[in-house]
Amino acid sequence: MFKCKTSAEVGGMGHSVKRKEDARFLHGKGNYVDDVKLPGMLTMVMVRSPYAYAKIKSINKEKALAIPGVLAVITGEDLAQYNLHWMPTLLSDTQMVLPTDTVMHQAQEVCAVIATDRYIAVDGAEAVDVQYEPMDPIVDPFKALDKDAPLLRPDKEDQKDNQIYHWERGDRAKTDEVIANADVVVKERIHLPRIHVASIETCGCVASYDKDTEKLVVYLTTQAPHAIRTVVALVAGHVGLSEEKIRIISPDIGGGFGGKVPVYPAYVVAIAATFLIGKPVKWIEDRSENLVNGFARDYHMDCELAATKDGKIQAFKVSTLADHGYTDSSANPSKYPTGMFSICTGSYDYEHAFAELDAVYTNKAPGGVAYRCSFRVTEAVHAIERMVDKLAAKIGKDPALLRLENFIKKEQFPYSSPLGWSYDSGDYEATLKKAMDMLGYDDYKKEQAQKRKEGKLMGIGISTFTEVVGAGPSKDFDILGIAMFDSAEIRVHPTGKALARFGTKSQGQGHETTYAQILAEELGIPYTDIEIDEGDTDTAPYGLGTYASRSTPTAGAAAAIAARKLRDKGKKIAAYLLEVSEEDIEWEVGKYFVKGAPEKSKTIQEVVFAAYTNIPPGMEPGFEATHYYDPPNLTFPNGAYICVVEVEKETGAIDVKRFVAIDDCGNIINPMIVEGQVHGGLTQGIAPAMYEGIEYDDEGNVLNGTFMDYLVPTAVESPHWETGHTITPSPHHPLGAKGVAESPTVGAPPAIANAIIDALAPLGIEHLDIPITPAKVWEAIQAHS
Amino acid sequence: MKHEITLTINGQSVTAEVDSRLLLVHFIRENLDLTGTHIGCDTSNCGACTILLNGKSVKSCTYLAVRADGAEITTIEGIAAEGTNHPIQQGFHDQHGLHCGFCTPGMIMRSIDLLNNNPNPTEEEIRWGISGNLCRCTGYNNIVKSIRQAAEEMQKEKETTV
Repeated sequence: MFKCKTSAEVGGMGHSVKRKEDARFLHGKGNYVDDVKLPGMLTMVMVRSPYAYAKIKSINKEKALAIPGVLAVITGEDLAQYNLHWMPTLLSDTQMVLPTDTVMHQAQEVCAVIATDRYIAVDGAEAVDVQYEPMDPIVDPFKALDKDAPLLRPDKEDQKDNQIYHWERGDRAKTDEVIANADVVVKERIHLPRIHVASIETCGCVASYDKDTEKLVVYLTTQAPHAIRTVVALVAGHVGLSEEKIRIISPDIGGGFGGKVPVYPAYVVAIAATFLIGKPVKWIEDRSENLVNGFARDYHMDCELAATKDGKIQAFKVSTLADHGYTDSSANPSKYPTGMFSICTGSYDYEHAFAELDAVYTNKAPGGVAYRCSFRVTEAVHAIERMVDKLAAKIGKDPALLRLENFIKKEQFPYSSPLGWSYDSGDYEATLKKAMDMLGYDDYKKEQAQKRKEGKLMGIGISTFTEVVGAGPSKDFDILGIAMFDSAEIRVHPTGKALARFGTKSQGQGHETTYAQILAEELGIPYTDIEIDEGDTDTAPYGLGTYASRSTPTAGAAAAIAARKLRDKGKKIAAYLLEVSEEDIEWEVGKYFVKGAPEKSKTIQEVVFAAYTNIPPGMEPGFEATHYYDPPNLTFPNGAYICVVEVEKETGAIDVKRFVAIDDCGNIINPMIVEGQVHGGLTQGIAPAMYEGIEYDDEGNVLNGTFMDYLVPTAVESPHWETGHTITPSPHHPLGAKGVAESPTVGAPPAIANAIIDALAPLGIEHLDIPITPAKVWEAIQAHS
Repeated sequence: MKHEITLTINGQSVTAEVDSRLLLVHFIRENLDLTGTHIGCDTSNCGACTILLNGKSVKSCTYLAVRADGAEITTIEGIAAEGTNHPIQQGFHDQHGLHCGFCTPGMIMRSIDLLNNNPNPTEEEIRWGISGNLCRCTGYNNIVKSIRQAAEEMQKEKETTV
């Protein structure tokens, strides 16, 4: 296990120090976007389409404009005058800011009403008279490629049908051959439905343009402020918005989970509105607007897993249909349209794999935004972990044993996966065994055998997943061409206290504490003496932001390396102060001393003071450093999760009795925060496994667009989580860390699904798609009895 | 239509003229600039807007300001003296009961009411007690622990004052 190098007072890595950011949140003094109030600020409300697919015949603003306090109604035609009615998505598709002729999904933005107050703006929105001519929408993605399907995107020149792209990786012929000749092949079509991040704070902005200074300031719910600044400059450069005149401020963010990465149309309209009107404009999405624009997952995966008769996995094949709605708004790196989906070969050692995917347009909200996983890892892990369980059931082998026999062994790292990744580190066997011990796996197996004799339904489900997180390296990963690195800038003040700024942006992950701990570890300055600042593009160094578990792998590494640059400088100063040569100086946390004479020493604070007051001749004054970190590889967090459930035959009710999660996220900065991230991620794992999923009717209407029917788990549905760790440090990360926050969201759903399906196995039920609700279980039981 | 209302908020008397349709949460946030009370759903499901109204936890996003005429209201800003923590705030800090902090004020206001009615709740009673408040970050384990810590602390305080 990890041994702390620093004292509790210094609070470096491994200390569960309490969070520095808590006080303002506990006292109601957080500063979220909706808390921003500027003089003369106006409110914007969007008019949205009731139809999934319709021609807009007319938009009549008159009645709205007649309401006292309504200042403007902005339509697509208005924006078209400035060529601002379309914008690129993060994956270089195109998306309407506001439509000029056609709406493509229910609740699409149709026009915007700007008023002096939010109640008047809502009145105005209701008074806008929009005439539509509804058309038959494509809701089922399997019908999108029918010959007689309407062409949804005639605006795109090369688009002859509704296919967005075809992607494939691996050796199709060889994989097919191995599958054709295998002893055992299991097959399944697995669907991961659309779900929503449902952060408790919705999205919003306050855009404020000053005509005198020509400066645009936007307070924005964004996880990636710098990337957004560049996108705004690229999209609106032609109307005179230049990047140095754009300031994006991401204040406190009430949960992100990927939902605050994209640029939403209303942001652009608010910017256009402040530009035209010259007053600040606030837009805050309501919950229904937020949910109905639901977008993550939505993969239909046809999986085949081949093995020998005793269960040695030989090949995996997956062919996916991806429903992207009317535009591909995936926030994936541009060379990876399916994100890191090719991690789908999992934690197992075999040679042959093939993955292909066809993405299609439908009349749904823009699809494909990554939700708390490093670009499609959740889909990949669900596919392989369900199939491994299905194989175990088919050949009658304990799923734990099947996994142990197929794992990549710890001496095989770095491991080249069949679809091209280089897994950096792990000890899968130790991790699963630790989870089995913590649960008491063998006892539960006995209990299950007994219960089955009594006709009761009890299931045990395992998921042993491997994630791939922390993009770059920049040679492979970019967003709209911007290389994916991240940054840290450290300023140590003369009195030995520090301010550090980062290109990332916390949304609850605790960066103000953990980054300070990294610097405390590296410099020996107590974490309480270090201020952390993020989210303001005018002050923070450029970075790509926080998502895909990349903050610790990239910005955390940047912090360590910037601190080491300072330590090297400090060594020179210490040598000067102690009147010895640099080679004679050694470092231990917080101080420099003379080799062999530890009584001759200077603390880091004394050295820093000298950098401003007693500078060695010829040395650049000051004690500041910046580093932009471009990782050599991704990191591969992994874990073993086991879930025990009981299912009531008469009602289909599912009771999660135990859930044990063992994670290997490498070296840990703050165990308390890591545990908290795992707890939260697990609840976001049980959510899609048992409760959440955006439902559509045949007309493309969303059937569960509020929290009344989109069931975010409460404290009652959320089980008591049991967590633990194994640690195999990442060999290429300066701190040996890997990133953690997404592992539980990725790893939990298949463990829960496997447990429920295992409970139902005696009835002959072999698969259920998530969310596995009591109703779905009840129906399956009826169909099988 | 405008109405004059007078109410007490965090110990201070306030008189204001409000529209019939003004929601209490907007009155608190926008008229009084007490932005610790949040809006998360508009349908009384998430509880981010929870306040105390005459000592009981109420979701202020579906409560009209006019209806609060004469009421005594406490928001997150009013539960502890400046620079100090209410035992529940301390519990959330010590047990890492918050991540993004957005649900936290509502969760704390609800917990005050919960502990007023049940000073020594079990884990299950706490889970049911806060089931009208959604948290998307923490997975609730540590919120439960935070409230348990506060319950124990408040019990001790009671014993010493008696």
